[in-house]
Amino acid sequence: MTCLPGHTEKKLGLAIDLDTCVGCHACVTACKGWNDQGYGAPLSDQDAYGADPSGTFLNRVHSYSVQPDQGAAQIINFPRSCLHCEDAPCVTVCPTGASYKRVEDGIVLVNESDCIGCGLCAWACPYGAREMDVDEGVMKKCTLCVDRIYNENLPEEDREPACVRGCPTGARHFGDFADPDSKVSQLAAKRGGYDLMPDMGTKPTNKYLPPRPKDKRLDASLLAPLLDIEAKGFAGWLDRVLGKI
Amino acid sequence: MAQPQIDTSPKVSDEVRQTTCYMCACRCGINVHLKSGKVSYIEGNRAHPVNKGVLCAKGASGIRQVNAPSRLRAPLRRVGPRGSGAFEEISWDEALGIAVEWLGPLRDKAPEKLAFFTGRDQSQSLTSFWAQNYGTPNYAAHGGFCSVNMAAGGIYTVGGAFWEFGQPDWERTKLFILFGVAEDHDSNPIKMGLGRLKERGAKVIGVNPIRTGYNAIADDWFGVTPGADGLLILALIHCLLEAGKVDLDYLARFTNAPLLVRSDEGAEKGLFLRDADGKALVMSGGKLVPFDEAGVVPDLGATFEGHRTVFQHMAERYLSPDYAPEKIAGRVGIDATRIRALAAELARVAFDEAIEIKQEWTDFRGDHHATMIGRPVSFHAMRGISAHSNGFQTARALHLLQVILGTVETPGGYRFKPPYPKPPEAHPAPHCKVTPGKPLDGPHLGYPRGPEHLCLDANGNPARIDKAFSWENPMSAHGVMHMVIANAHAGDPYKIDTLFLYMANMAWNSSMNTTRVMEMLTDKDADGEYVIPRIIYSDAYASEMVAYADLILPDTTYLERHDCISLLDRPISEPDAAGDSIRWPVIEPDRDVRGFQSVLIDLGARLGLPGFVTPDGAPLYKDYADYITNHQRRPGVGPLMGFRGEDGEGVGRGAPNPDQLQRYIDNGAFYQAHVPDGADFYKPWNKAYQDWAVKIGLYDAPQPYLFSIYSEPMRKFQLAAEGFGDRQPPEAARARLRHAMDPLPIWYAPFGDDATDYPVHALTQRPMAMYHSWGSQNAWLRQIHGYNPLYVPTKIWNANGFTEGDWARVTSPNGEIVVPVAHMAALNENTVWTWNAIGKRKGTWGLDDDAPEATKGFLLNHLISELLPEKGDGMRWSNSDPVTGQAAWFDLRVKIEKADPPTEAQPAFGALNLKGVQV
Amino acid sequence: MHPAPSVIIFSVLSGLGFGFMCFMALGFLPLRGMWAFWAWGIGYALAVGGLLAATAHLGNPQRAIKAFSQWRSSWLSREGWAAVLALLAMAPIALGDWLGFGVPFVWRGLAAGLALVTVICTAMIYTQIKAVPRWHHWLTPVMFTGFALAGGALLAMQATLAFVLLLALAVVMLAGNYIGDGQFARAGQTMNTATGLRGEVSVFEQPHTGGNYLLREMIFVVGRKHARKLRVIAVLCAAVLPALMAAVGGVGLMLAAVVVHLVGAFAARWLFFAQAEHVVGLYYGKR
Ligand SMILES: Nc1nc2c(c(=O)[nH]1)N[C@H]1C(S)=C(S)[C@@H](COP(=O)(O)OP(=O)(O)OC[C@H]3O[C@@H](n4cnc5c(=O)[nH]c(N)nc54)[C@H](O)[C@@H]3O)O[C@H]1N2
Ligand SMILES: Nc1nc2c(c(=O)[nH]1)N[C@H]1C(S)=C(S)[C@@H](COP(=O)(O)OP(=O)(O)OC[C@H]3O[C@@H](n4cnc5c(=O)[nH]c(N)nc54)[C@H](O)[C@@H]3O)O[C@H]1N2
Ligand code: SF4
Ligand code: SF4
Ligand code: SF4
Ligand code: SF4
Ligand code: SF4
Ligand SMILES: [Mo]
Repeated sequence: MTCLPGHTEKKLGLAIDLDTCVGCHACVTACKGWNDQGYGAPLSDQDAYGADPSGTFLNRVHSYSVQPDQGAAQIINFPRSCLHCEDAPCVTVCPTGASYKRVEDGIVLVNESDCIGCGLCAWACPYGAREMDVDEGVMKKCTLCVDRIYNENLPEEDREPACVRGCPTGARHFGDFADPDSKVSQLAAKRGGYDLMPDMGTKPTNKYLPPRPKDKRLDASLLAPLLDIEAKGFAGWLDRVLGKI
Repeated sequence: MAQPQIDTSPKVSDEVRQTTCYMCACRCGINVHLKSGKVSYIEGNRAHPVNKGVLCAKGASGIRQVNAPSRLRAPLRRVGPRGSGAFEEISWDEALGIAVEWLGPLRDKAPEKLAFFTGRDQSQSLTSFWAQNYGTPNYAAHGGFCSVNMAAGGIYTVGGAFWEFGQPDWERTKLFILFGVAEDHDSNPIKMGLGRLKERGAKVIGVNPIRTGYNAIADDWFGVTPGADGLLILALIHCLLEAGKVDLDYLARFTNAPLLVRSDEGAEKGLFLRDADGKALVMSGGKLVPFDEAGVVPDLGATFEGHRTVFQHMAERYLSPDYAPEKIAGRVGIDATRIRALAAELARVAFDEAIEIKQEWTDFRGDHHATMIGRPVSFHAMRGISAHSNGFQTARALHLLQVILGTVETPGGYRFKPPYPKPPEAHPAPHCKVTPGKPLDGPHLGYPRGPEHLCLDANGNPARIDKAFSWENPMSAHGVMHMVIANAHAGDPYKIDTLFLYMANMAWNSSMNTTRVMEMLTDKDADGEYVIPRIIYSDAYASEMVAYADLILPDTTYLERHDCISLLDRPISEPDAAGDSIRWPVIEPDRDVRGFQSVLIDLGARLGLPGFVTPDGAPLYKDYADYITNHQRRPGVGPLMGFRGEDGEGVGRGAPNPDQLQRYIDNGAFYQAHVPDGADFYKPWNKAYQDWAVKIGLYDAPQPYLFSIYSEPMRKFQLAAEGFGDRQPPEAARARLRHAMDPLPIWYAPFGDDATDYPVHALTQRPMAMYHSWGSQNAWLRQIHGYNPLYVPTKIWNANGFTEGDWARVTSPNGEIVVPVAHMAALNENTVWTWNAIGKRKGTWGLDDDAPEATKGFLLNHLISELLPEKGDGMRWSNSDPVTGQAAWFDLRVKIEKADPPTEAQPAFGALNLKGVQV
Repeated sequence: MHPAPSVIIFSVLSGLGFGFMCFMALGFLPLRGMWAFWAWGIGYALAVGGLLAATAHLGNPQRAIKAFSQWRSSWLSREGWAAVLALLAMAPIALGDWLGFGVPFVWRGLAAGLALVTVICTAMIYTQIKAVPRWHHWLTPVMFTGFALAGGALLAMQATLAFVLLLALAVVMLAGNYIGDGQFARAGQTMNTATGLRGEVSVFEQPHTGGNYLLREMIFVVGRKHARKLRVIAVLCAAVLPALMAAVGGVGLMLAAVVVHLVGAFAARWLFFAQAEHVVGLYYGKR
């Protein structure tokens, strides 16, 4: 399965709004919680209560400082998970066929029972979207919650990824980028959704919506005083404000 | 090779049980999934009014809280010295027996020698009821060190504050300004609200020295100098007044702006001119009339025999050039033009983009209004304002700003959540009269309206151990918890016998001056007895405080007990609906622990406290569930408002219903009563709302009122300070009171600024993914925040030649710490900060002794003193707001210099060794 | 990249083994009987031992057989096939040398070719990784082949050939260092392209204070001073010194040269990983 499908019917993925993400890490633990008991092996933790805790997460939220050419420095929170690339190098390197891209919807998955844990796919991914689980020795990655989005045991409205459902600010949007009318396509078009490291040739499905410009000088004209208070005194002001003159 | 077949519809769980999250105090609804009787997954409840399905990072990690290795296992009696961690497990009967042995005789002799203080809990209606019936005046929850300035500033000004009191009209507001908030209690609702604003393209402005989190997504950032917000706000008011951009109609009708302030010298100077019935008077059509009469159109500019309106006093004060942006810009740390531009933006949105809802309504004077005018500017503020010694006045100033713009309770502005609006007069006054063997004469906490409501003994000394409601901080509506241990240790105003704490980590992150507090807890007097003789504590986990208590009553986790989020206490209402909720045992505890409320009820019965026993002395309630169902505060009004009465149809009022809890469970663990159409805005004056509030039992009679631009209760304290009245403050307090109790909002430099040798402001922020101390035991969350650096702005970073991985010595008048530093550019240039409560003491929380929380993590608390330095008046005032007693955490000033990396963050303490008491 | 000992041992030893067998197959070291047995034994031990060492790196070595399935796209899979085929193809030659029967030269050539292909496949596993710009260059397979051939020639006691190959290897190593150093920059990935953010981007706060797989596996930061010293050692030991020793010649010295070469090869291979920076480091502000 290591060969990529030439074409997928749908291109399911996420649009992540960097203008809205407050960096709360809710999507991080929502993802951990769902995937700890869902598709494949649980996401293990090592030394959970010790000096060097470490564990498998499929979604991480970075926080960057950005110094624009002019004005104050900014902080941009930046969630990072698998982008479900069209030309996914993580798939083609896999020696066992465990890594594959689904023909029907483009989701990139690892078939854990075939995975030998060689780590090559993680090397191949420029985005750090794959983490090997130490306990299980298999490669873990975002499944786009494939066990939620079609899950008939869940109410219709819950058939979306755990991180999207849980995100308190609504900064994460899930949908089909192959459909130009979908919410995610529309958002990406309207907000200038972009690819990460486009030159890597991976053609990511997920799009990032850029932060809107900040700290624009307020354009409103400044408030004009009713009158020269120093000259007309408080009484003058009072009459003026109460419409008595 | 074919693509693998996968099961895309796996069964999620065996069963879903809906309850309320308690990874923090936000009270979101959760769906707890169970597989084979064990919690397997937790997600948000979409139907829940608080979170509508979303969860924060903590809430989604609840499963790791419920199975944390730090959970306490059984009741404990201390067997080694305090702090040693040496305990023996005892049975519940023994534990309760010991408590009765300690507390029973005390009640008959000197009930005030029990100090019962609670922390992060939300069962204050029960705990205060218990304490009141026990008879001690020494009860409060943690609000005094948390954000009483915000609560009291709001109640005294508009009859409500932020969070559970009210919130922005997220759906309609067009300009939202956030003052000093990192996360807040209303975590998910604020995030959802911000998301809504972003979706609608509304503008968000952050006023905060630090640009993280909510402030990071703000369209504009004002990196204010800590403690200077009051000046900034008053400068905005200056600009708005100067330009006449104020809502005069609103001010005249709904605020005390048209009330006449007496100008005659004497005991009533500065009070309102009132008629014989005590009704405040206004001028209307040239006549002096009670403010609330039908047809009254109050005149803002009136003068009567030299008495001028509040409006005039207000305008005169803030029009003063002292408040001109150009004058204060340096102090505030923001350009004058930016301040002016912000004022212009406020005015533009409030007045040029006003909205109008076609909805008729009638006000308390009987005036009919054809529409509801909205001023789509809204604000939210929290501890950034609150946790300074000038926070009360700053909170008042912020409400004043909202009020002059006409945005409070109008569409697009700020909206109250039932049972608010509720002015000070609608709250009880504090009570402190002790009669051995008998209940206290009334509720402990409340809103004093003047010196007559202070809690003083016959000699005029503070009646409470925390000195709440004393001259030192007259309006300390939530008590002054951060002073309890220090005062009890000093025997000032008196010694106590038993300190009873619940859910408050006072031996660590929730105390100021932590090092010293640990000593106070272990200090012995000349007889070799502990200075604080007995400490009872209820915690669910092996926290630092556990090690310092003598008797531990282990609580369950939040999924294993009943809790009640009640309208009598701190409900989950929305502007459109009154709401309350419960927790219930969705799993059974697997160890010998009990829900604290049930334990308290049991203890109350064993002590024979009124309210907890039948006339013949038998226990009145089996447990907390029984109490929630059957307790009545007033006839027909109990802890829960939903499904009351025999038939379960009663809303707010009705007889107890034995099926009530089951009905809540079936309803997703909450209940909502919707505010009727037409009652949803202008609530303090809207007849439709007032009538509905009476109907559902929020109050017993309509209680319309005017917003207090000018605070008469404050003026009464000021009068006392000026020498009027029979209750007089001690000399040392006069000047301070006179100044701080200004009835119109003022700004003064925070007391911390006196430490002129310490040029740098030092702050803490809540990390969104961690809750105080209790997040660290969570295997997932501690991977996100396992230690905390001190963030340093570019100027200070460069001046000290810091590089990545460096450590710094940070010194304050109270002490020194040596901690790791990191650079942050998006930060006020005179401010350093760190995440709050990440640092842990070794040997606690189920963590290994070499956990990074203990070796690299640190607390700023060691640098903060609970007492201010002596200032030459012979007094050491508490490090608090002089009005409310709010702990001034953020007044802290420090010096910082590069230090050689120590082996671990300093100060370092020995391990507490609590391994033996946890599961 | 994390310089995992198993992978270093694997690639160095198996490369040397295949290189050695290459020369054996082509009859450069005409041994018979027990001498042949031991020589081939060494060749097999190096190649197979190396391959086995590589499985220590796997999370689930028991499923290693599955790695043969994706030869159409995966270099690791191809390497597996090539290795197996090479080892099989070498077997009759080895037996022939030991037991004294002849194997057609075409077969010998084929076997030698397969051995080289194996080495190239190994190299391609790294070369193909675009996300590690230092590896993503034609010099990578050249260098792997260079190591295999130079080491193999040494072990095959081909003094002259070894001398030439070792000098060539030195040149390739120096070129590798030189070109490799600029590769990351040439790849053009920065914190700006990684995040898509404009302005000067730096890390404010890492996503986790705890460790994770990415940090352990892909974000290995090697001290520059340390690296410079090791580079010198690597070139000296792997190529220059053995070349000089080969120039002098003699079995004893040649064997010693092999040892010195191995030391250099291990150092070089350690650096090959340790110095290679993965673009994911950009997200963590580390490269
Ligand atoms: N430097 C600095 N210090 C601060 C602040 C600051 O901003 N800066 N903020 C202050 C403020 S506002 C606050 S509110 C305090 C908060 O400080 P605390 O009120 O002490 O809050 P927590 O650390 O969360 O701990 C409360 C205790 O409750 C226990 N607990 C948790 N769950 C349960 C349960 O279900 N039952 C029982 N019985 N116990 C439980 C925990 O184990 C813990 O020991 O910190 C204050 N300290
Ligand atoms: N995740 C999480 N949520 C929590 C808690 C938690 O521990 N974790 N704790 C809960 C508790 S007990 C409380 S009290 C609330 C508190 O919620 P917040 O009010 O959000 O409290 P802090 O995190 O202390 O944040 C105070 C903010 O004020 C800013 N600030 C400090 N001084 C000034 C100033 O002078 N002016 C201005 N404008 N800003 C200033 C700080 O930079 C910081 O951003 O959060 C509650 N919610
Ligand atoms: S949950 Fe949403 S807001 Fe929070 S970090 Fe994730 S994307 Fe950002
Ligand atoms: S982001 Fe990485 S793991 Fe995901 S498809 Fe792209 S290359 Fe593969
Ligand atoms: S780790 Fe597993 S999924 Fe990744 S390349 Fe190796 S076998 Fe394939
Ligand atoms: S889509 Fe699912 S698996 Fe992927 S990051 Fe979100 S929650 Fe995790
Ligand atoms: S904000 Fe988070 S932790 Fe707090 S109650 Fe809601 S989900 Fe739970
Ligand atoms: Mo708090």
